[in-house]
Amino acid sequence: MLRAYWWKILCIVLLMYVCSYGFLVKVPRLDDRMQQTIRNFFFHVPMWFGMMILLMVSLIYAIKYLNNPTTTNDIYASSYAAIGTLFGFMGITTGALWANYQWGQPWSGDPKQNGAAIALLIYLAYFVLRGSMNDDEKKARISAVYNIFAFFMLFPTLWILPRLTQSLHPGGQGSSGNPGINGKDLDYHMRIVFYPAVIGWTLLGVWITTLRIRVQLLYEKKENN
Amino acid sequence: MMLNKLKRILGIVVLGLSSLYVNAQTVAATKNDSVDVMRSNGKIFVVMAVILIIMVGFFIYLFSVDRKVCKLEKEKH
Repeated sequence: MLRAYWWKILCIVLLMYVCSYGFLVKVPRLDDRMQQTIRNFFFHVPMWFGMMILLMVSLIYAIKYLNNPTTTNDIYASSYAAIGTLFGFMGITTGALWANYQWGQPWSGDPKQNGAAIALLIYLAYFVLRGSMNDDEKKARISAVYNIFAFFMLFPTLWILPRLTQSLHPGGQGSSGNPGINGKDLDYHMRIVFYPAVIGWTLLGVWITTLRIRVQLLYEKKENN
Repeated sequence: MMLNKLKRILGIVVLGLSSLYVNAQTVAATKNDSVDVMRSNGKIFVVMAVILIIMVGFFIYLFSVDRKVCKLEKEKH
């Protein structure tokens, strides 16, 4: 599966489609503020979707490691966490860039922005934790447990608290729903680019992660010989 | 062989996408004033081209790394 190339070709095709048609597709005009910058929706939001998926896979491998402590499970868990965190940073950066033009400043102290920063700091602590230990088995075990905690912290910081207060992001008190997930809220023209975008960017994250995993497995094999 | 298949697929995608430029003429004709600035001065295509070039370059890099890792893995066995 890691070496199969069909899903890599699919990733390339989807992302080429998104990066070209995403700029040409007719987007809805709601008021005089958002306009064409809404196209960032095809980049910023899939970064977060990709992050959630990658971090969820990391969680699964962390739990697998706790059940069956093999080095492979640990390598999978840490690699998916690394690329998931990278996607999180891409999400925050594209968000700040968008906010600069849309909300007037790159950082408005918006609940979701703060929540995202906190969530990413928690995952950065995961890597600090890993780096602080030399014994491989202890490193893998303790970081697997921390991984579980870090993943479940994503929910209050990103999904729950920002919806309980007033927020600039859609979903906060006083604004409606989540256009990314609620299919009915999203304009048809945007939907035909958005769904392929989510799949494409996630596949890209998986591709990068599998390359990391394969290289680390090669190092492992070299050390054992 | 893999690279040839990729080149063929990419070629189809690029040729297919270039047909969009023909449609763009009719869409631009019904443009809405201040909104389609980038489209009217044609700069949106520059944005798109820049991003596509970056993406293609990145995919070429990823693919070459993938192939190198494949080769290393085959050597190990």
